[in-house]
Amino acid sequence: MSARTPITAGNAGKGDKMGDEALLTVTNLCKTYGPQLGCEGVGFAMHPGEVLGIVGESGSGKSTLLGCLSGQLRATSGTVVYQAACGAVDMIRSPEQLVRRVIRTEMGIVHQNPRDGLRMHVSAGGNIGERLMANGERHYGGIRRKAMAWLERVEIGADRVDDIPAHFSGGMQQRLQIARNLITNPRLIFMDEPTSGLDVSVQARVLDIMRHLVTQLSLSMVIVTHDLAVARLLAHRLLVMRAGRVVEEGLTDQILDDPQHPYTQLLVSSVLAH
Amino acid sequence: MQSPTETTAPETDQNGPLEGYNFAFLDEQTKRMIRRSLLKAVAIPGFQVPFGSREIPLPYGWGTGGIQITASIIGPDDTLKVIDQGADDTTNAVSIRSFFSKTAGAATTTRTDEATVIQTRHRIPETPLAEGQIMVYQVPLPEPLVFIEPSRTETEKMHALMEYGAMQVKLYEDIAKHDRIMTGFDYPVQVAGRYVMSPSPIPKFDNPKMDRMPALQLFGAGREKRIYAVPPYTEVRSLDFEDYPFEVESWEMSCALCGATESYLDEIITDDKGGTMHVCSDTDYCRQRREGGQDGR
Repeated sequence: MSARTPITAGNAGKGDKMGDEALLTVTNLCKTYGPQLGCEGVGFAMHPGEVLGIVGESGSGKSTLLGCLSGQLRATSGTVVYQAACGAVDMIRSPEQLVRRVIRTEMGIVHQNPRDGLRMHVSAGGNIGERLMANGERHYGGIRRKAMAWLERVEIGADRVDDIPAHFSGGMQQRLQIARNLITNPRLIFMDEPTSGLDVSVQARVLDIMRHLVTQLSLSMVIVTHDLAVARLLAHRLLVMRAGRVVEEGLTDQILDDPQHPYTQLLVSSVLAH
Repeated sequence: MQSPTETTAPETDQNGPLEGYNFAFLDEQTKRMIRRSLLKAVAIPGFQVPFGSREIPLPYGWGTGGIQITASIIGPDDTLKVIDQGADDTTNAVSIRSFFSKTAGAATTTRTDEATVIQTRHRIPETPLAEGQIMVYQVPLPEPLVFIEPSRTETEKMHALMEYGAMQVKLYEDIAKHDRIMTGFDYPVQVAGRYVMSPSPIPKFDNPKMDRMPALQLFGAGREKRIYAVPPYTEVRSLDFEDYPFEVESWEMSCALCGATESYLDEIITDDKGGTMHVCSDTDYCRQRREGGQDGR
């Protein structure tokens, strides 16, 4: 692994009282599935406003790592500390109630398959409004207004508010997932291959919306992708994973233009086409 | 809640229990197990307690949960009333009444004020209940969150952590689709500010009667193997939105038999030419009013 120095991205900490304090600190994270290794020895610090890309081939442990970070999987060992509004929260050892509340109010997860992240038989408005209702909002008109505003922000017409996600295209479902997560103004968003099921033009549109929202809301984001073009477009910093370990880490441009590890070199050279 | 302690078959007399069966059909071990679950349910209002539901000589959906609770709490001195759709004279009500009259030798009645145990499906009597009475509800689907979250593991977690946003989504969907909350029966409630509970398929018209009711309310779901309870004088609040508050049904007409305007009305088809009449669904209440000189004409 190359020398690791925490690099703060350009807009990090802007208008944020946290300043230089890391938003997410991961040390020596390990996840095994029985004898099978998911990931091991992963450590990094992430700062407010930073977009961290995790790249690597299929089976390299990217999704396992994301699962452990976002509370969907329980890590075998190591620590994940999130700097919540109420103070530092150990995301692995804290009581489940606290962890779930932090995830519900301050984090968002956009799944690769929209079916995992949306309630397919509930209208778009209900999907977007669920988090508001979970956080105690009880004014129908208010919830609906906010849901419609968020539909517009992800470029879905507000007149689709009562349609169910099953009647949406793949790209719209993915944008609906983004809106559903962002409505409560989370600070950290996890994305697992958000564009891998979409065709190229739709991918571009979703990526464009994501990039805009990230800057507008000064969001921090962890994005898992096997697509280096997506990583270059969105991520400030990259972790390159292989066989459950981080093999290289650094600024996106640095890694993609001047890869040091033989595996990264292979990965970069295999997509020279673009 | 008197019950015999002997496990031997009771003697048969003219009004006594049926020979060859244990008192109130269930064996004493089973009744004890159910009573333990009932105590736990009363201690945690609205919480669904799992129990070892038994086979009952009745199809699922006809009240196997209610029968098991009634069998566990009924004693020789109790008076039982059974309602089905508000009426005392429907098939299910008549057969459950005669079941307990045979197996427990229990006195039965159709009068709400005379009953000590009232087993019900679909309705709460219009006559206000008093301290010392017990309502036993037959519940088909005890889990209110099931419509939005099919996983039992997940719904249990949602209850434990009070994550009830999903329940509100169901009401949101109603308003989005129909411009008002269309859920007319089994309308979700929150008990004592804690657990969200399914009140069984009673019309939402009856929801306000559950709030701070002086009688003990017990709920049994036989197929789903769950028991829950609302102790006397416990707050039961129907879920709603600030701008779409909970409201009950009302009728423009009054009961054709007794003239009641405040009771829950059923529409009865009277001929094959489209003729209908509206009458109280609570037959006992309607009879009381007519005996008291009230008239629908």
